[in-house]
Parts: sequence; C-alpha cells; structure tokens
Amino acid sequence: MTDIKSLPGSQGPLIYRQSIWTRITHWLWVICLFFLLLTGLQIFNAHPALYLGQESGFEYDNSILRIGAFNTDAGPRGRITLFGQTFDTTGVLGVSGPKERPVFTAFPGALTIPGYRDLATGRVVHFFFAWVFVGTMLVWFVASLVNGHLRRDVVPRPADLKALPSDIAAHARFRLKHGRSYGPLQKLSYFVVFFVLFPLIVLTGLTMSPGVNASAPWMLDLFGGRQTARTIHFIVMLLLVAFFVVHVLMVIAAGPINELRSMITGWYRASPGTPTGEGDKP
Amino acid sequence: MSKLITRRNFLRSSVVAGSGLVLAGCDQFNFLADQSNPIRQVVERANVLTYQAQRALIGEQTLAREYSASEIRQGQRPNGSTDPTTPEYQFLRAQDFVPYRFTVKGMVEREVSFSLDELRNMPARSQITRHDCVEGWSCIAKWTGTPLGPILDMARVKPGARYAVYHCFDNIQRTISGDILYYTSSDLVDAYHPQSILSYGLNDQPLPVANGAPVRLRIERALGYKQPKYLHTVELVDSLEGFGRGRGGYWEDTGYDWYGGI
Repeated sequence: MTDIKSLPGSQGPLIYRQSIWTRITHWLWVICLFFLLLTGLQIFNAHPALYLGQESGFEYDNSILRIGAFNTDAGPRGRITLFGQTFDTTGVLGVSGPKERPVFTAFPGALTIPGYRDLATGRVVHFFFAWVFVGTMLVWFVASLVNGHLRRDVVPRPADLKALPSDIAAHARFRLKHGRSYGPLQKLSYFVVFFVLFPLIVLTGLTMSPGVNASAPWMLDLFGGRQTARTIHFIVMLLLVAFFVVHVLMVIAAGPINELRSMITGWYRASPGTPTGEGDKP
Repeated sequence: MSKLITRRNFLRSSVVAGSGLVLAGCDQFNFLADQSNPIRQVVERANVLTYQAQRALIGEQTLAREYSASEIRQGQRPNGSTDPTTPEYQFLRAQDFVPYRFTVKGMVEREVSFSLDELRNMPARSQITRHDCVEGWSCIAKWTGTPLGPILDMARVKPGARYAVYHCFDNIQRTISGDILYYTSSDLVDAYHPQSILSYGLNDQPLPVANGAPVRLRIERALGYKQPKYLHTVELVDSLEGFGRGRGGYWEDTGYDWYGGI
C-alpha cells in the first residue's frame, strides 16, 4: 500500500508557518514553564499536602493528597496518600536518594530548584518567571489577534469539530498530515492550553496571594477557597506536564527536524499535495 | 514498511528525549540561592515589581476577607517560635506579663509605651481572618486587639519615616555567638491598615504563648512571617539598613521577600 507520501524525493512546498511572535513566545514559555515547574515543586515540598476549602485541616481532615516519610523496621519509606488510599513511593516521593543517606523531601532534589530544600529561593525564582510567563501571554495574545494566528490556527471552527473523529483515527494510525494550518486535534489542544490551562494556573496562583485576596475576594469564591485554589494550581500543573509530554512525542512522531526548524526559522515542509500559496518556497 | 520504521524511530527518539528530561533537574541552578549572585539579584527584582503592582492596584484601606464564626473549625496552628527561652521573656511570662511594655520609638515626635492593661483598655477590634503560612497552609482564627494606627498617631510619626520595624522577644535562632531575635518590618501602609491590630486575644481567649503572648501584630494582607509574635517595640525608620542583614526581617535576611503579600 505505497502511496505518494512515502515515495522518496517527493515533497510538498516549504511554507512560512510560524511568525516571529509565535516563535519567540514559544521558547520564552519553554524557559518559564521549566523554571516554574521545578521551583513550584520546591514550594510544594514546604508543605506537601493538598486540601479542599479555605484552610488546611490540622484538627480535622480535608486533605486529598499527602506525601510523607515514615520510619519502619525496614528503614524509611516514602508514602503518598491520595483520596484516602496510601501507596508506597519509596525512592521517588517522600524518601529518595541513596540508602545510606536518604533525602526526606516530597519531590526529589532532581525535580526541584534548588536541588535541596530552599523555599525562599524557590519562591523568588517562581515569581520572577511567573511575571515573564504572564508578560509572554499578553504579547502572544495581542500579536496572535493582530496577525491572525488566533483565528487561523488556534480557535477551533465548526469544520474542525466535524473533522475531529477522522483526525483522531488518523493520529491513532500515526498518519500525520503536515498542512498549512493545524489539524483539528492540534487546534483543540492548543486552544485548551491557551484559553483554559494558562489562565487557570495564573488565576489560581494569584488566589493564593493574601494581597490579591483583599482586592479580589471573588476569586476565593470562584475557586472555592484558597486551599482549593492551591489544589487546582497543582492539578493544572499536572495537566500542563501531560500536554508537554504529548506535545514532545507528537513533534518526534511528526518529524522532529522539520517541526523544530519551523519553530526556529518559521519555515515548515508541508506534506506532498499541499496546495502551494504565495510566498512558499519549493 | 515505512510505517514500521516510523514507529520504531519514534520509540527510539522518545527514549532519548525522555532520558534527557530526567537529567534536567539536578543542581546546576543552585547558584540562584546565593544572595550575592548578580543573576539572583536580577531575579529578586520581581519581588519589587510584585510589591509595587499590589500597592498600585490594591486600595490602601482595602480589607482582607473576614470569615464567619462557623468557619473557625480548629485552633490556630502555632509554628516558628512557640516557647521563647530568653531570660527577659521568661521573666515576663512568670509575672503574667504585668511588667510588659509595648513601645513606639524611632522617628516619632515622642516615644510612647503602654502596659498590656492599657492596650486592653484601648478601642478593640475583633476579626476572623485566614492566616496563610509561607509554607502553603492556611488556618482561620479570631484575633482581638487594638489597632496600631491610632497608637502611631499618639507618638506622631515624623514625615521622613518610611518603615515600621517590629522587634520581638523570641530567640528564633540560637547560634554560638548568641541568640538571633525575631524581627520583621512593613511599610506605613500596612502599619496603618485598619486590620493591623496588636492582638492580645485569640479565639476569645488570652493569646497563648505558642501563638505570641502577650502581643502579636496582625498584618492581614500578608503571609504569616509578617505577623510578628512576642512583639515589644515598633521602631519607625527611614531605612532598613542596620537591622540584621538589612533586608527587613529575620526570614527576609535568609532570602524571603520583604513584602510578603504573595
């Protein structure tokens, strides 16, 4: 079943796919999210539990997740308690590092900045990159609104939703089409990241600020309390990590050189059969 | 055939990319913990931006949320110093804080000081608020005390004063060269905020030692380390240099941001 796509020497047009704004904001976000994730886990390690509500229950239990270390006859064990179910996570969560000199942090030092307990530095770096992250969001939004990226590539149209089932089927069979614009699944996932996950993680982060709480108490009500906001912040982090993993896997599956080139130079080799347009190169 | 190769290449590349990620953390960013590092100093400027943005966007008198009595579901969780061991504090504690004096000094027209009974006889305010520890947890409790602002007015703060430094009895850290006593500071907006009270009552009881007896200042729009316990003196100054390491507080000296509103 050889079709034209797999014939050597045949290729589609080279198209200018990513504007300078898309490329700059993309790599700024890469840097921001890297530091935000690793300093965020540092901050989480200072109190490795998540709750629902306004406050943290010490004399009652409103926690949904706890990570901790416990000494047993067989040595220290790391444990995670999730919705009342406890799992042994020794070596990864709670207790990690060499057996003779174990480290008792929730997330291991390899996943935090700095690589040891330092809440103060974690916070300083987290808030620096939070500012850069939000600034990048604003630049991206304005530029993408003006240059049409938003309308063309991000906001799904009715036709995209109609084509969704066949696009899912194509992805399941690793048949990836490299067109001028994004496919339905791509559009939908970027839309969710830009218009659901990014705003959510910023707003839940701000809801943890006692200063912001004073001027915008509605945010406490919107998220169901400061501790719930903290929990949502953590969950959105997990979703962004999941997006990152799938995103990188898709880049690899779709041809990492071509994909990376488009996000560095803007130029992208489309699939054979893609209609050529003005400004394309052969 | 092409599909098979694609999938095999895909898996192989994925493993390579994945192992790169695992190595990503490590210790190469530990230099950011060094307060003298120029990059750290640039990164710390974001704290100034946060402070200025919050001061610009949040009204000076805007109140922190107050909760209803039914939302007090537990005692106030104590942490930091819970049992100061300086002789001075232990003497006052043994005397039921009768000899205690709360003092306002520094850049004021006249230094004033008050006993605990005098503070209790001043106009009182009770507020049920949420205490947010920098570690991440929160706890709701009822705080009763007298607002700091009118007391500062009695001392008549001089026009050049920019900060209030809060001096405390507790030896938060004991070193071979002596005790380090807790202190922190705020701008005058926080010092004069209507919810900034010298609290002597917690959940309708006298303030316990573990929570800062006899007096703890509440700055309700900031994190827990801006709520100094065992408070005895407020000093009005135009610069934070000369106190500790000059960053405006015990925790601030170790690298925590001075404003503490986020």
